[in-house]
Amino acid sequence: MLTKVLLTGFDTKARWLIGLILLVALLVPALSLMVPQGNPLHLDAYVVTLFGKYLTYAILALALDLVWGYCGILSLGHAAFFALGGYGMGMYLMRQIGARGVYANPVLPDFMVFLNYKDLPWFWTGFDLWWVAVLAVLAVPGLVAFGFGWLAFRSRVTGVYLSIITQALTYALLLAFFRNDLGMGGNNGLTDFKDILGFNVQAPETRAALFAATALLLAGSIFVVSVIVNSKLGKVMIAVRDAESRTRFLGWRPENVKLFAFVVSALIAGLAGALYVPQVGIINPGEFDPGNSIEAVIWVAVGGRGTLLGPIVGALLVNLGKTVFTGALPDYWLFALGGLFVVVTLFMPKGIVGLWAQLRRRRAKTPAPTVDRAPSLEPAE
Amino acid sequence: MTEKHETMLYLDGVSVSFDGFRALNNLSIIVHPNEMLAIIGPNGAGKTTMMDIITGKTRADDGEVYFNGTIDLSKRSEAEIANLGIGRKFQKPTVFESQSVRDNLVLALKTSRSIFSALFYTETDADGARIDDILRTVRLTGRAEALAADLSHGQKQWLEIGMLLAQDPKLLLVDEPVAGMTDSETAETATLLRDIAKTRSVVVVEHDMSFVRALNTRVVCLAEGTVLAEGSLDQVSANPIVIERYLGR
Repeated sequence: MLTKVLLTGFDTKARWLIGLILLVALLVPALSLMVPQGNPLHLDAYVVTLFGKYLTYAILALALDLVWGYCGILSLGHAAFFALGGYGMGMYLMRQIGARGVYANPVLPDFMVFLNYKDLPWFWTGFDLWWVAVLAVLAVPGLVAFGFGWLAFRSRVTGVYLSIITQALTYALLLAFFRNDLGMGGNNGLTDFKDILGFNVQAPETRAALFAATALLLAGSIFVVSVIVNSKLGKVMIAVRDAESRTRFLGWRPENVKLFAFVVSALIAGLAGALYVPQVGIINPGEFDPGNSIEAVIWVAVGGRGTLLGPIVGALLVNLGKTVFTGALPDYWLFALGGLFVVVTLFMPKGIVGLWAQLRRRRAKTPAPTVDRAPSLEPAE
Repeated sequence: MTEKHETMLYLDGVSVSFDGFRALNNLSIIVHPNEMLAIIGPNGAGKTTMMDIITGKTRADDGEVYFNGTIDLSKRSEAEIANLGIGRKFQKPTVFESQSVRDNLVLALKTSRSIFSALFYTETDADGARIDDILRTVRLTGRAEALAADLSHGQKQWLEIGMLLAQDPKLLLVDEPVAGMTDSETAETATLLRDIAKTRSVVVVEHDMSFVRALNTRVVCLAEGTVLAEGSLDQVSANPIVIERYLGR
């Protein structure tokens, strides 16, 4: 029974997409490590890391698509789960520095020594262990999403009101993480990482491995989302998105359906954040900025929501555009991003991925009005 | 006087007000097992509010609402009530437009409503046969894979009736099933509902008098939230108060 569910979920589209990503996961590290420098095919470690960062954004976009595109929950605070996962990884990486910090304290990270901490705060306990960190990366975003979703969906908070409180959630976390006495590095966040699992985070080999891990996580996330949306539960999610109260009269509980989607999505976002941090080398409260969550919504809208490919394409293209644009015309990027969102919302409701179907549908519809107009030639009564 | 425990639906002295407007005023209605009841009445008589009360969408201020003789509906949620065996067809056909006709029936089909059993659900042969059966009953076999959005208005009404059947309820609440249907579709719907009422209880709200006549069943006329008259359609439509307040001269 289970295998049948997994096979239905793993349809041709998902198979191609996952195959392509696995190819990239092999090819990019190979081009970076095995092709010698100077060869036009050689990928610089900097480029590998840049694209690794884009892939973590693509995973965040896919997670957001699960709740927004398939379940109709417009979360404007999804980067909060990404950042929480990132902080979990950041704490692990801080503990790995050990005595190599500026103050050479074997236990306390530099910022704690600077702030006159005597002992490690209780919630930092165990973060020198990899498995504790991985557990926290999943558990913290998952529990926050569960608590938040349980309260919000049970109270039937929907639509724009839900979007506003998700913004409030990420903003509240932003303010909390800015505080020095939270014990999470305050304004500066966590940085100066040295090792991950005993490997130097700066080494090209480690960077290539992190890229491959990110690509694998993306492939795994596509698999999970694909299985969910192709199951009967996926049909219920779409039903909740399109006509929530109708599903209640069929005996479904939309609040539970939404809670499931929200928690799964937060877990995926948390993992993406955990892979983001070692690649960019820093995590600070800025990651909770409401603007980040809104940008993620734009990626999904641009790529095409309610599809597996859309959010990935959207995240990659918009971020590539951002990198190029902020290099060439740094002052105008936000205008370009805003304009892009307006254009997509008005003219491409199904995003880039839906453009082809949209054009075909329009072409099919064009001859129709000439037929409809014929009766109007008769005099009006 | 009928005993409460022998009834399928039992409303006694139900009242509800919205901002001082009394939508239902001491309403009492009984539906027996395997019985069809037609409800007529002018706009604003409280027909839809009554359905909202039964299905848990609105709470009564006063009065008793019992299902299957013993189950008090007044404190249960919409989903619980649906799972007890009360199906509802809305006045405006509400189907899941972006999904196929077949998937609409899959969503309605009586199976476990828990999250994980939905995630790991695979269609059994019995479930598939049941859906094919319903598709034939509502004459949508040929359109099973079409999007619900692409159906005609009448076909959407029928799909909703099909979804009701898939839920396998004991009591069906059917709000204006023939609005927007052609005469022949209306006649077929009447036949279909009469068939359904052989094994289940059905409450039909309708304005179309020829349709109500075709149902050939007990009729209740509501006005201003209370029962105005009750009996066969001929008895009710001969009632002078009904003529004055609803049918007109």
